[in-house]
Amino acid sequence: MKKIRVLIAKPGLDGHDRGAKVVARGLRDAGMEVIYTGLHQTPEQIAEAAIQEDVDVVGLSCLSGAHMTLFPRVVELLKEKGAGDILVTGGGIIPDEDVPKLKELGIAAVFGPGTPLKEIIDFHEKNARK
Amino acid sequence: MELVDRLLKGDKRAAAKLISLVENEDERAAEVLRELYKYTGKTHIVGITGPSGVGKSSLVDRLTKAFRKKGKKVGIVAIDPTSRFTGGAILGDRIRMTELAVDEGVFMRSMGTRGHHGGIAKATTEAAMVLDAMGMDLVIVETVGAGQSQSEIWECVHTSILVEMPGMGDEIQALKAGILEIGDIFVVNKGDLEGTDQLVKELENVAEYKAMEQKWKPPVHVTIATEGKGTDEVVSSIEDHLEYLKESGEYQKREEERTKGEFTRIVQALLLKKAFAGDRSEKFDQLLKEIIEKKTDPFTAAEKLLED
Repeated sequence: MKKIRVLIAKPGLDGHDRGAKVVARGLRDAGMEVIYTGLHQTPEQIAEAAIQEDVDVVGLSCLSGAHMTLFPRVVELLKEKGAGDILVTGGGIIPDEDVPKLKELGIAAVFGPGTPLKEIIDFHEKNARK
Repeated sequence: MELVDRLLKGDKRAAAKLISLVENEDERAAEVLRELYKYTGKTHIVGITGPSGVGKSSLVDRLTKAFRKKGKKVGIVAIDPTSRFTGGAILGDRIRMTELAVDEGVFMRSMGTRGHHGGIAKATTEAAMVLDAMGMDLVIVETVGAGQSQSEIWECVHTSILVEMPGMGDEIQALKAGILEIGDIFVVNKGDLEGTDQLVKELENVAEYKAMEQKWKPPVHVTIATEGKGTDEVVSSIEDHLEYLKESGEYQKREEERTKGEFTRIVQALLLKKAFAGDRSEKFDQLLKEIIEKKTDPFTAAEKLLED
Protein backbone atom coordinates (compact mmCIF):
# COMPACT_ATOMS: atom_id res chain seq x y z
CA MET A 1 0.00 0.00 0.00
CA LYS A 2 1.29 3.39 -0.91
CA LYS A 3 1.84 5.88 1.90
CA ILE A 4 2.40 9.57 1.50
CA ARG A 5 6.06 10.32 2.26
CA VAL A 6 7.15 13.81 3.26
CA LEU A 7 10.59 15.23 3.95
CA ILE A 8 10.60 18.04 6.50
CA ALA A 9 13.80 20.02 6.41
CA LYS A 10 15.33 23.16 7.85
CA PRO A 11 17.53 24.83 5.26
CA GLY A 12 19.99 27.48 6.29
CA LEU A 13 21.23 28.69 9.59
CA ASP A 14 18.33 29.38 11.92
CA GLY A 15 17.89 26.97 14.80
CA HIS A 16 14.16 27.23 15.40
CA ASP A 17 12.47 23.96 14.60
CA ARG A 18 9.40 23.99 16.83
CA GLY A 19 7.14 24.69 13.85
CA ALA A 20 8.79 22.04 11.69
CA LYS A 21 8.35 19.47 14.46
CA VAL A 22 4.67 20.37 14.99
CA VAL A 23 4.02 19.90 11.27
CA ALA A 24 5.98 16.64 11.23
CA ARG A 25 3.95 15.33 14.16
CA GLY A 26 0.68 16.43 12.55
CA LEU A 27 1.46 14.65 9.29
CA ARG A 28 2.56 11.57 11.21
CA ASP A 29 -0.76 11.47 13.03
CA ALA A 30 -2.51 11.73 9.69
CA GLY A 31 -0.84 8.43 8.71
CA MET A 32 2.05 9.77 6.64
CA GLU A 33 5.71 8.81 6.78
CA VAL A 34 7.70 11.87 7.70
CA ILE A 35 11.45 12.00 7.27
CA TYR A 36 12.90 14.71 9.47
CA THR A 37 16.45 15.67 8.64
CA GLY A 38 17.20 18.19 11.37
CA LEU A 39 18.74 21.65 11.39
CA HIS A 40 21.20 23.48 9.14
CA GLN A 41 20.69 21.63 5.88
CA THR A 42 22.05 22.81 2.57
CA PRO A 43 19.66 22.81 -0.41
CA GLU A 44 21.90 20.13 -1.97
CA GLN A 45 21.50 17.85 1.05
CA ILE A 46 17.74 18.36 1.04
CA ALA A 47 17.32 17.64 -2.67
CA GLU A 48 19.48 14.50 -2.48
CA ALA A 49 17.65 13.21 0.60
CA ALA A 50 14.29 13.86 -1.09
CA ILE A 51 15.33 11.77 -4.09
CA GLN A 52 16.76 8.86 -2.11
CA GLU A 53 13.74 8.77 0.17
CA ASP A 54 11.39 9.00 -2.84
CA VAL A 55 9.14 11.51 -1.10
CA ASP A 56 6.01 13.09 -2.54
CA VAL A 57 6.50 16.43 -0.84
CA VAL A 58 9.40 18.41 0.64
CA GLY A 59 8.37 20.82 3.40
CA LEU A 60 10.90 23.56 4.07
CA SER A 61 10.88 25.67 7.21
CA CYS A 62 12.84 28.88 7.42
CA LEU A 63 12.67 31.58 10.07
CA SER A 64 15.79 33.50 9.18
CA GLY A 65 14.54 35.52 6.22
CA ALA A 66 16.61 33.63 3.67
CA HIS A 67 13.59 31.85 2.16
CA MET A 68 13.73 33.74 -1.16
CA THR A 69 17.17 32.23 -1.80
CA LEU A 70 16.87 28.82 -0.16
CA PHE A 71 13.38 27.66 -1.17
CA PRO A 72 13.71 28.21 -4.95
CA ARG A 73 17.19 26.67 -4.86
CA VAL A 74 15.71 23.36 -3.65
CA VAL A 75 13.10 23.47 -6.46
CA GLU A 76 15.85 24.15 -8.97
CA LEU A 77 18.06 21.30 -7.75
CA LEU A 78 15.19 18.81 -7.83
CA LYS A 79 14.46 19.81 -11.43
CA GLU A 80 18.13 19.47 -12.38
CA LYS A 81 18.15 15.96 -10.95
CA GLY A 82 15.05 14.93 -12.88
CA ALA A 83 12.82 15.03 -9.82
CA GLY A 84 10.75 18.08 -10.68
CA ASP A 85 7.59 16.14 -9.85
CA ILE A 86 8.36 16.32 -6.12
CA LEU A 87 6.29 19.12 -4.62
CA VAL A 88 8.03 21.74 -2.49
CA THR A 89 6.17 23.67 0.19
CA GLY A 90 7.42 26.28 2.61
CA GLY A 91 6.66 27.58 6.06
CA GLY A 92 8.04 29.97 8.63
CA ILE A 93 8.19 33.74 8.82
CA ILE A 94 7.35 34.59 5.22
CA PRO A 95 6.12 38.16 4.51
CA ASP A 96 2.84 38.24 2.56
CA GLU A 97 4.40 40.02 -0.38
CA ASP A 98 6.89 37.19 -0.88
CA VAL A 99 4.22 34.50 -1.26
CA PRO A 100 3.26 35.19 -4.90
CA LYS A 101 6.94 35.40 -5.85
CA LEU A 102 7.67 32.08 -4.19
CA LYS A 103 4.75 30.48 -5.99
CA GLU A 104 6.06 31.83 -9.27
CA LEU A 105 9.39 30.21 -8.46
CA GLY A 106 7.78 26.81 -8.02
CA ILE A 107 6.84 26.61 -4.35
CA ALA A 108 3.52 24.76 -4.35
CA ALA A 109 2.17 26.20 -1.10
CA VAL A 110 3.24 28.49 1.72
CA PHE A 111 2.05 27.78 5.26
CA GLY A 112 2.67 30.76 7.52
CA PRO A 113 2.35 30.97 11.31
CA GLY A 114 -1.12 30.05 12.54
CA THR A 115 -2.00 27.81 9.59
CA PRO A 116 -4.31 25.08 10.94
CA LEU A 117 -2.69 21.63 10.76
CA LYS A 118 -5.81 20.37 9.01
CA GLU A 119 -5.15 22.71 6.10
CA ILE A 120 -1.59 21.37 5.75
CA ILE A 121 -2.75 17.74 5.99
CA ASP A 122 -5.50 18.34 3.42
CA PHE A 123 -3.00 19.85 1.01
CA HIS A 124 -0.79 16.78 1.24
CA GLU A 125 -3.64 14.32 0.86
CA LYS A 126 -4.97 16.18 -2.16
CA ASN A 127 -1.71 16.89 -3.98
CA ALA A 128 0.61 13.97 -3.22
CA ARG A 129 1.26 11.62 -6.14
CA LYS A 130 -1.26 8.84 -6.34
CA MET B 1 12.04 -2.83 -16.91
CA GLU B 2 13.55 0.57 -17.51
CA LEU B 3 13.99 1.28 -13.79
CA VAL B 4 16.09 -1.86 -13.40
CA ASP B 5 18.39 -0.85 -16.27
CA ARG B 6 18.86 2.54 -14.68
CA LEU B 7 19.52 0.97 -11.28
CA LEU B 8 22.24 -1.23 -12.70
CA LYS B 9 23.94 1.92 -13.95
CA GLY B 10 23.84 3.33 -10.43
CA ASP B 11 20.91 5.74 -10.85
CA LYS B 12 19.77 6.78 -7.36
CA ARG B 13 16.32 7.94 -8.42
CA ALA B 14 15.71 4.52 -9.94
CA ALA B 15 16.91 2.82 -6.73
CA ALA B 16 14.56 5.00 -4.68
CA LYS B 17 11.59 4.23 -6.95
CA LEU B 18 12.30 0.50 -6.91
CA ILE B 19 12.49 0.45 -3.13
CA SER B 20 9.12 2.23 -3.02
CA LEU B 21 7.61 -0.39 -5.33
CA VAL B 22 8.68 -3.26 -3.09
CA GLU B 23 7.83 -1.35 0.07
CA ASN B 24 4.33 -0.56 -1.19
CA GLU B 25 3.82 -4.13 -2.36
CA ASP B 26 3.02 -2.70 -5.76
CA GLU B 27 1.90 -5.25 -8.37
CA ARG B 28 5.12 -4.61 -10.30
CA ALA B 29 7.27 -5.50 -7.27
CA ALA B 30 7.43 -9.24 -7.96
CA GLU B 31 8.51 -8.63 -11.54
CA VAL B 32 11.21 -6.21 -10.39
CA LEU B 33 12.60 -8.57 -7.77
CA ARG B 34 12.60 -11.45 -10.23
CA GLU B 35 14.65 -9.37 -12.61
CA LEU B 36 17.00 -8.10 -9.92
CA TYR B 37 17.68 -11.39 -8.21
CA LYS B 38 20.43 -12.52 -10.54
CA TYR B 39 22.43 -9.36 -9.81
CA THR B 40 22.37 -9.86 -6.05
CA GLY B 41 24.62 -11.77 -3.68
CA LYS B 42 27.74 -9.65 -4.00
CA THR B 43 27.39 -7.23 -1.14
CA HIS B 44 28.39 -7.63 2.51
CA ILE B 45 25.27 -6.99 4.59
CA VAL B 46 25.90 -5.65 8.08
CA GLY B 47 23.17 -5.24 10.71
CA ILE B 48 23.33 -2.70 13.51
CA THR B 49 20.96 -3.25 16.39
CA GLY B 50 20.52 -2.25 20.03
CA PRO B 51 18.16 -0.28 22.28
CA SER B 52 16.88 3.14 21.25
CA GLY B 53 19.13 6.03 22.09
CA VAL B 54 22.37 4.08 22.32
CA GLY B 55 23.80 5.79 19.24
CA LYS B 56 23.16 3.40 16.37
CA SER B 57 22.63 6.14 13.77
CA SER B 58 25.71 8.06 14.88
CA LEU B 59 27.72 4.87 14.62
CA VAL B 60 26.36 4.14 11.13
CA ASP B 61 27.40 7.67 10.12
CA ARG B 62 30.99 7.11 11.30
CA LEU B 63 31.31 3.59 9.92
CA THR B 64 30.02 4.73 6.54
CA LYS B 65 32.52 7.58 6.39
CA ALA B 66 35.34 5.19 7.27
CA PHE B 67 34.34 2.72 4.55
CA ARG B 68 34.04 5.58 2.06
CA LYS B 69 37.65 6.54 2.82
CA LYS B 70 38.60 3.02 1.81
CA GLY B 71 36.82 3.57 -1.49
CA LYS B 72 33.82 1.34 -0.69
CA LYS B 73 30.30 2.23 -1.78
CA VAL B 74 27.79 2.00 1.03
CA GLY B 75 24.02 1.51 1.07
CA ILE B 76 22.08 2.21 4.25
CA VAL B 77 18.59 1.09 5.23
CA ALA B 78 17.50 2.64 8.52
CA ILE B 79 14.28 1.59 10.18
CA ASP B 80 12.05 3.46 12.62
CA PRO B 81 8.70 2.39 14.07
CA THR B 82 5.35 2.95 12.38
CA SER B 83 2.44 3.95 14.59
CA ARG B 84 0.14 1.05 15.32
CA PHE B 85 -2.79 3.46 15.50
CA THR B 86 -2.38 5.86 12.59
CA GLY B 87 0.07 4.08 10.30
CA GLY B 88 2.22 7.20 10.31
CA ALA B 89 5.87 7.40 11.26
CA ILE B 90 8.63 9.86 12.02
CA LEU B 91 11.79 8.62 10.37
CA GLY B 92 14.62 10.45 12.07
CA ASP B 93 17.78 8.49 11.38
CA ARG B 94 19.01 11.01 8.82
CA ILE B 95 19.48 13.63 11.52
CA ARG B 96 22.75 11.90 12.53
CA MET B 97 23.88 11.36 8.94
CA THR B 98 23.32 14.67 7.18
CA GLU B 99 26.67 14.82 5.46
CA LEU B 100 26.17 11.45 3.82
CA ALA B 101 23.27 12.79 1.71
CA VAL B 102 25.60 14.45 -0.77
CA ASP B 103 28.18 11.68 -0.95
CA GLU B 104 28.13 10.14 -4.44
CA GLY B 105 28.99 6.69 -3.12
CA VAL B 106 26.27 6.49 -0.47
CA PHE B 107 22.58 5.69 -0.79
CA MET B 108 20.50 6.04 2.33
CA ARG B 109 16.86 5.08 2.78
CA SER B 110 14.61 5.41 5.83
CA MET B 111 11.81 2.87 6.31
CA GLY B 112 8.88 2.56 8.69
CA THR B 113 8.20 -0.89 10.14
CA ARG B 114 4.64 -0.77 8.70
CA GLY B 115 3.29 -3.30 11.14
CA HIS B 116 6.22 -5.69 10.98
CA HIS B 117 7.73 -6.88 14.24
CA GLY B 118 11.19 -8.22 14.88
CA GLY B 119 13.00 -4.88 14.64
CA ILE B 120 13.05 -4.51 10.88
CA ALA B 121 10.57 -3.43 8.21
CA LYS B 122 8.65 -5.85 6.06
CA ALA B 123 10.59 -4.95 2.94
CA THR B 124 14.02 -4.59 4.55
CA THR B 125 15.52 -7.58 2.77
CA GLU B 126 14.09 -6.47 -0.54
CA ALA B 127 15.47 -2.96 -0.09
CA ALA B 128 18.88 -4.49 0.65
CA MET B 129 18.54 -6.54 -2.55
CA VAL B 130 17.98 -3.38 -4.59
CA LEU B 131 21.12 -1.80 -3.11
CA ASP B 132 23.05 -5.02 -3.64
CA ALA B 133 22.10 -5.09 -7.33
CA MET B 134 23.01 -1.41 -7.57
CA GLY B 135 26.58 -2.41 -6.81
CA MET B 136 27.05 -1.31 -3.21
CA ASP B 137 30.06 -2.98 -1.60
CA LEU B 138 28.43 -2.85 1.78
CA VAL B 139 24.81 -2.51 2.91
CA ILE B 140 24.23 -1.43 6.50
CA VAL B 141 20.81 -2.19 8.00
CA GLU B 142 19.96 -0.24 11.14
CA THR B 143 17.08 -1.72 13.14
CA VAL B 144 14.52 0.13 15.21
CA GLY B 145 15.51 0.56 18.83
CA ALA B 146 15.52 -3.09 19.81
CA GLY B 147 15.37 -4.48 23.30
CA GLN B 148 15.55 -8.14 24.09
CA SER B 149 13.79 -10.30 21.59
CA GLN B 150 13.90 -8.46 18.28
CA SER B 151 16.57 -10.57 16.73
CA GLU B 152 15.11 -11.10 13.26
CA ILE B 153 17.88 -8.94 11.81
CA TRP B 154 20.18 -11.95 12.20
CA GLU B 155 18.32 -13.70 9.39
CA CYS B 156 18.95 -10.86 6.96
CA VAL B 157 22.64 -10.09 7.40
CA HIS B 158 26.12 -11.58 7.31
CA THR B 159 27.51 -9.63 10.25
CA SER B 160 25.49 -8.37 13.25
CA ILE B 161 26.70 -5.57 15.46
CA LEU B 162 25.03 -5.13 18.81
CA VAL B 163 25.35 -1.65 20.28
CA GLU B 164 24.82 -1.09 23.99
CA MET B 165 25.55 1.74 26.39
CA PRO B 166 26.42 1.77 30.10
CA GLY B 167 23.79 2.00 32.78
CA MET B 168 20.98 -0.01 31.23
CA GLY B 169 20.86 -3.15 33.33
CA ASP B 170 22.80 -5.65 35.37
CA GLU B 171 24.58 -8.83 34.46
CA ILE B 172 21.38 -10.90 34.49
CA GLN B 173 20.50 -9.09 31.26
CA ALA B 174 23.57 -10.64 29.69
CA LEU B 175 22.37 -14.12 30.63
CA LYS B 176 19.04 -13.83 28.86
CA ALA B 177 18.39 -15.32 25.48
CA GLY B 178 17.66 -13.05 22.57
CA ILE B 179 19.47 -10.13 21.14
CA LEU B 180 22.81 -10.76 22.87
CA GLU B 181 23.06 -14.10 21.14
CA ILE B 182 23.16 -12.58 17.69
CA GLY B 183 26.09 -10.17 18.13
CA ASP B 184 29.16 -10.92 16.01
CA ILE B 185 30.64 -7.67 17.21
CA PHE B 186 29.76 -5.86 20.44
CA VAL B 187 30.01 -2.09 20.73
CA VAL B 188 29.76 -0.16 23.98
CA ASN B 189 28.91 3.33 22.82
CA LYS B 190 28.94 6.49 24.93
CA GLY B 191 32.06 4.91 26.37
CA ASP B 192 32.90 7.94 28.49
CA LEU B 193 29.95 7.26 30.80
CA GLU B 194 30.22 5.61 34.18
CA GLY B 195 29.75 1.85 34.07
CA THR B 196 31.59 1.34 30.78
CA ASP B 197 34.21 -1.02 32.24
CA GLN B 198 31.55 -3.13 33.95
CA LEU B 199 29.52 -3.47 30.74
CA VAL B 200 32.64 -4.35 28.73
CA LYS B 201 33.39 -7.14 31.23
CA GLU B 202 29.85 -8.52 30.98
CA LEU B 203 29.93 -8.50 27.18
CA GLU B 204 33.35 -10.14 27.20
CA ASN B 205 31.80 -12.89 29.27
CA VAL B 206 29.09 -13.38 26.65
CA ALA B 207 31.80 -13.39 23.98
CA GLU B 208 33.72 -16.10 25.86
CA TYR B 209 30.67 -18.33 25.84
CA LYS B 210 30.20 -17.77 22.13
CA ALA B 211 33.83 -18.66 21.51
CA MET B 212 33.20 -22.09 23.00
CA GLU B 213 30.75 -22.91 20.22
CA GLN B 214 32.48 -21.28 17.28
CA LYS B 215 35.89 -20.08 16.16
CA TRP B 216 34.86 -16.43 16.03
CA LYS B 217 35.05 -14.66 19.37
CA PRO B 218 32.99 -11.47 19.19
CA PRO B 219 35.25 -8.50 19.89
CA VAL B 220 34.03 -5.86 22.34
CA HIS B 221 34.75 -2.27 21.30
CA VAL B 222 34.33 0.93 23.27
CA THR B 223 33.29 3.93 21.16
CA ILE B 224 32.14 7.51 21.38
CA ALA B 225 30.45 7.58 18.00
CA THR B 226 29.68 11.31 17.91
CA GLU B 227 33.40 12.04 18.22
CA GLY B 228 34.51 9.14 16.05
CA LYS B 229 36.44 7.56 18.90
CA GLY B 230 36.97 3.81 18.59
CA THR B 231 35.01 3.49 15.38
CA ASP B 232 37.99 2.56 13.18
CA GLU B 233 38.44 -0.56 15.33
CA VAL B 234 34.82 -1.51 14.62
CA VAL B 235 35.49 -1.14 10.89
CA SER B 236 38.48 -3.50 11.19
CA SER B 237 36.34 -6.04 13.02
CA ILE B 238 33.67 -5.89 10.30
CA GLU B 239 36.35 -6.69 7.72
CA ASP B 240 37.83 -9.42 9.90
CA HIS B 241 34.43 -11.00 10.39
CA LEU B 242 33.78 -11.18 6.66
CA GLU B 243 37.16 -12.83 6.20
CA TYR B 244 36.38 -15.30 9.00
CA LEU B 245 33.01 -16.13 7.42
CA LYS B 246 34.63 -16.86 4.09
CA GLU B 247 37.56 -18.85 5.44
CA SER B 248 35.52 -20.97 7.83
CA GLY B 249 32.81 -21.84 5.34
CA GLU B 250 30.36 -20.09 7.65
CA TYR B 251 29.55 -17.61 4.86
CA GLN B 252 27.92 -20.31 2.80
CA LYS B 253 25.93 -21.47 5.84
CA ARG B 254 24.71 -17.95 6.55
CA GLU B 255 23.76 -17.46 2.94
CA GLU B 256 21.72 -20.65 3.16
CA GLU B 257 20.05 -19.42 6.37
CA ARG B 258 19.37 -16.08 4.78
CA THR B 259 17.93 -17.67 1.68
CA LYS B 260 15.74 -19.96 3.77
CA GLY B 261 14.43 -16.99 5.77
CA GLU B 262 13.81 -15.03 2.60
CA PHE B 263 12.04 -17.92 0.88
CA THR B 264 9.90 -18.58 3.95
CA ARG B 265 8.85 -14.94 4.11
CA ILE B 266 7.97 -14.88 0.41
CA VAL B 267 5.85 -18.03 0.76
CA GLN B 268 4.10 -16.59 3.82
CA ALA B 269 3.35 -13.32 2.05
CA LEU B 270 2.01 -15.17 -0.98
CA LEU B 271 -0.18 -17.42 1.17
CA LEU B 272 -1.55 -14.42 3.01
CA LYS B 273 -2.31 -12.70 -0.27
CA LYS B 274 -4.10 -15.79 -1.53
CA ALA B 275 -6.01 -16.08 1.74
CA PHE B 276 -7.67 -12.77 0.98
CA ALA B 277 -7.97 -13.10 -2.78
CA GLY B 278 -11.30 -13.07 -4.58
CA ASP B 279 -14.34 -12.92 -2.32
CA ARG B 280 -12.37 -14.06 0.72
CA SER B 281 -12.16 -10.64 2.34
CA GLU B 282 -15.97 -10.52 2.40
CA LYS B 283 -15.97 -14.03 3.79
CA PHE B 284 -13.43 -12.87 6.39
CA ASP B 285 -15.70 -10.03 7.51
CA GLN B 286 -18.67 -12.37 7.65
CA LEU B 287 -16.78 -14.93 9.75
CA LEU B 288 -15.37 -12.20 11.98
CA LYS B 289 -18.91 -11.08 12.71
CA GLU B 290 -19.88 -14.63 13.60
CA ILE B 291 -16.91 -14.93 15.96
CA ILE B 292 -17.76 -11.65 17.67
CA GLU B 293 -21.37 -12.81 18.06
CA LYS B 294 -19.98 -16.03 19.57
CA LYS B 295 -21.72 -18.10 16.90
CA THR B 296 -18.41 -19.77 16.11
CA ASP B 297 -14.83 -19.80 17.36
CA PRO B 298 -11.83 -18.28 15.55
CA PHE B 299 -10.16 -21.67 15.03
CA THR B 300 -13.05 -23.21 13.13
CA ALA B 301 -13.60 -19.95 11.28
CA ALA B 302 -9.99 -19.84 10.07
CA GLU B 303 -10.28 -23.34 8.64
CA LYS B 304 -13.56 -22.41 7.01
CA LEU B 305 -12.05 -19.27 5.46
CA LEU B 306 -9.33 -21.22 3.75
CA GLU B 307 -11.63 -23.97 2.46
CA ASP B 308 -12.28 -23.76 -1.21
